[in-house]
Amino acid sequence: MTIDTETVQRERLKSRSGAESTSLVRAELPRWAPWAVFAGSLVLVGGLLAITGFSIGLFVVGSVVLYAVVTYALSRVVEGGRKATDRLVTIVVTSAFAVALIPLISVLVTVIGNGIARFDAEFFSSSMRGVVGEGGGAYHAIMGTLIITGLAAVMSIPIGLLTAVYLVEYGGRTRLSKAITFFVDVMTGIPSIVAGLFAFALFALFFGPGVRMGFAGAVALSVLMIPVVVRATEEMLKIVPNELREAAYALGTPKWRTIVKIVIPTSIAGIASGVTLAVARVIGETAPLLIIAGLTTSVNLNPFDGRMATLPVFSYTSYAAPGVPRDPYIDRAWAAALVLIIIVLLLNLVARLIARLFAPKTR
Amino acid sequence: MTAPTETATTPAPAKPVTQLGDRIFAGSAKGAGILILVVLAGVAAFLVAQAFPAVVASPAELPGERSLAAYIGPLVFGTVLAAVIALIIATPLAIAVALFITHYAPRRIAQGLAYVVDLLAAVPSIVFGLWGAFTLAPAALGLMTWLHTYLGWLPFFAGPVSVTGRTMLVVGVTLAVMILPIITAVSREVFLQTPKLHEEAALALGATRWEMIRMAVLPFGRSGIISGAMLGLGRALGETMAVAIILSASGAVTFNLISSDNPSTIAGNIALQFPDSTGLAVNTLIASGLVLFVITLLVNALARFIVNRRREFSGAN
Amino acid sequence: MAKAIEARNLNIYYGSFLAVEGVTMSIRPKTVTALIGPSGCGKSTYLRSINRMHEVIPGARVEGSLELDGKDLYAPGVDPVGVRRQIGMVFQRPNPFPTMSIYDNVVAGQRLNNKKMRKDATDELVERSLRGANLWNEVKDRLDKPGSGLSGGQQQRLCIARAIAVQPDVLLMDEPCSALDPISTLAIEDLINELKAEYTIVIVTHNMQQAARVSDFTGFFNIEGTGKPGHLIEMDETKTIFSQPKEKATEDYVSGRFG
Ligand SMILES: Nc1ncnc2c1ncn2[C@@H]1O[C@H](COP(=O)(O)OP(=O)(O)O)[C@@H](O)[C@H]1O
Ligand SMILES: [Mg+2]
Repeated sequence: MTIDTETVQRERLKSRSGAESTSLVRAELPRWAPWAVFAGSLVLVGGLLAITGFSIGLFVVGSVVLYAVVTYALSRVVEGGRKATDRLVTIVVTSAFAVALIPLISVLVTVIGNGIARFDAEFFSSSMRGVVGEGGGAYHAIMGTLIITGLAAVMSIPIGLLTAVYLVEYGGRTRLSKAITFFVDVMTGIPSIVAGLFAFALFALFFGPGVRMGFAGAVALSVLMIPVVVRATEEMLKIVPNELREAAYALGTPKWRTIVKIVIPTSIAGIASGVTLAVARVIGETAPLLIIAGLTTSVNLNPFDGRMATLPVFSYTSYAAPGVPRDPYIDRAWAAALVLIIIVLLLNLVARLIARLFAPKTR
Repeated sequence: MTAPTETATTPAPAKPVTQLGDRIFAGSAKGAGILILVVLAGVAAFLVAQAFPAVVASPAELPGERSLAAYIGPLVFGTVLAAVIALIIATPLAIAVALFITHYAPRRIAQGLAYVVDLLAAVPSIVFGLWGAFTLAPAALGLMTWLHTYLGWLPFFAGPVSVTGRTMLVVGVTLAVMILPIITAVSREVFLQTPKLHEEAALALGATRWEMIRMAVLPFGRSGIISGAMLGLGRALGETMAVAIILSASGAVTFNLISSDNPSTIAGNIALQFPDSTGLAVNTLIASGLVLFVITLLVNALARFIVNRRREFSGAN
Repeated sequence: MAKAIEARNLNIYYGSFLAVEGVTMSIRPKTVTALIGPSGCGKSTYLRSINRMHEVIPGARVEGSLELDGKDLYAPGVDPVGVRRQIGMVFQRPNPFPTMSIYDNVVAGQRLNNKKMRKDATDELVERSLRGANLWNEVKDRLDKPGSGLSGGQQQRLCIARAIAVQPDVLLMDEPCSALDPISTLAIEDLINELKAEYTIVIVTHNMQQAARVSDFTGFFNIEGTGKPGHLIEMDETKTIFSQPKEKATEDYVSGRFG
């Protein structure tokens, strides 16, 4: 159906091709043409699949491919090769973005769909103590996750914050600050399981080879969290204009008060947001906790005393080593994953809100 | 230290006057920095100490009654294989996504789209693992059968196709999804830094949008893309839970990506074996963790090196 | 209140780079002294050495002596933080603290140093300082609003109010009007004229008319070339500098034949 206008256009083009080199008006596909091609592709591929057997994946992929090919061909004929390539790339780039969204949507749909079954009051209020098969919950794991992550935050935030202050405000270009910068980079790259092994190796030294402890899990998470806090804080401190520091010095303010009362308050929104993201980052960590915090079925609120369940490990173990019957365990694994993903998304949201609401106001 | 960081050559005030509060605060800031160095030294030292027994033990005492190298070798192979698959899939996709956000999407929603991609990075790896095993693996069966039928002559798709779908290919795809955000974020940043002047110069020459990107944006962003990809590779190498959950590993060393006979990875193997291991088996696992640590360290160092070199080239701005 | 400044043979370095050499200058109390000269000749460097602000740059140091009413500011044991409480400074770009209201900006000097003050005493100080900076009438109804919401000229007067609220003896101003429009500039110049009744003022300016309008004395700095140190060429009463300077370089500069 687009072919008609197509030919018309080409005719028009021919008729003034003599003047083309001086004309600013280039032959161009009408604005509705791509849409028409797209609709046509959908109908055509849909029709074909209706005969051979329908599949949503094939439908989408087929339509987009057909759309891209036809658009490229049309554009090449009417607008020339360069413009055609441009259109093709636009389609490819846009599709790539759509492809990147698929897993996110799919993950959310899967987790919500599977997790909702056990997303009930019992799940949040009871532990797995004495539970075989149905029922039970992740209260113990939720508490464990909060305690261990909280401890990790309590250790990481002051260390990370002070280190960033040292790097930005005191370090300058000294050897020490270069070394710290380098090793913070190194730390950023530590695989989480290695952090778990480190905590194990450290605590095994004092408590023997079978050690499992919530606090050790917090230490492992700190190793992962500190570099994130340092980086985020450093970025934020760096964008505080030097003029503000000088203004404070000129009022006769000592350096440390300038940092505590001017520099940090000016950047606090960004720092808080970065710290929140750092917490979100480690709260879903499974591997190190699997190694060093282990799992129990009952509530343990003492991080210094033996195994401590956490949401990710609970989810993993419910999936990896289910009992009989299997389904209730799998359901609980998904419910735990759902809780986890909700926590993480909330933390991300909070981080954004903090950054937006508490940024220094100008009005 | 309100006072100067005076050089040793300073003849004037011998000792800068500093207030007590300043000294305490500066001291604790410095102390925190030093603590980080100590912790990292601890990580290295403790891992080496705990790995040592496995290094000196005779092969007969080690798990599988193989030498340490024979134990870790196949794991390294699997680790690198999975990460490379992820990288091959994720990099082009990430570049396209970054381009879409910086140069194609309408300005108003670009920031929001960037945030949506970042959300992918927020999803815990355990969730990706479950998703990979329950959703992606069955969904990929059709694709893997197709690959086997039409491209079966390639060693990668030799088959026979796994019936569960828990293959190296699915692990690679899952890891690709997990490292997509980091590569996208780094690429996006360098694309945004392309000097507007270059872009406008290209457009003024009559370039189409794609030609402008090819002439100005991509050359400028190349080292950024590479370092982003390296950072992503580092993540993929160290990723544990997705592998532990999805892959049905047999320990084979094979390039066959779609069969049920898969190599394991270092991290995945530790997660699976550690909870039930004792004695020398634990030392062996820690030794493999040390190897992983070194590999990721090298990859990340390479990424930083590329970033820093680029910073030097971009000059005084 | 206002005090005299006496610089003798002052050399100022950034690391090994000698930026300003051999400045000897007397500044009388309750006068306005303008520092003029081409860019890069070390006016800001010299100005910042007067309240030891240059020390925040690593490696910066001073030789020679600088006295405030006979007391050596660089004597061993002198705390630079204390020096800055006596010698306030206003910068080229207005820099109110973005996290603070107008009110808090004015009393920032007190708050930052944890000085406890009664509410009515603080209120009084805020009003006095803002009136002193000719800003009271414009902001008295929105003292609790952020300082960064004001116009550039108002922000600069807020910074002046903040500087005089710590009751210094000397006010240093580094091109305080160069980021402002002509009307705001006029307001600041009027203010400088009023402030000299109580303070010793040293102002760096690139604007010759401004120097002529506001100052009693003018010092001309010059530099022979890049990489060379800046020197104080000549210092005299402003009208002398602008009508019959002793040095050829000064005459060239003020008549616009140079720089
Ligand atoms: N922070 C600094 N580090 C090193 N050199 C500096 C610094 N600030 C200024 N200089 C140098 O000192 C000289 C005087 O600069 P400045 O005092 O800013 O001049 P003016 O204010 O007269 O324009 C210049 O050569 C300048 O390059
Ligand atoms: Mg200057």
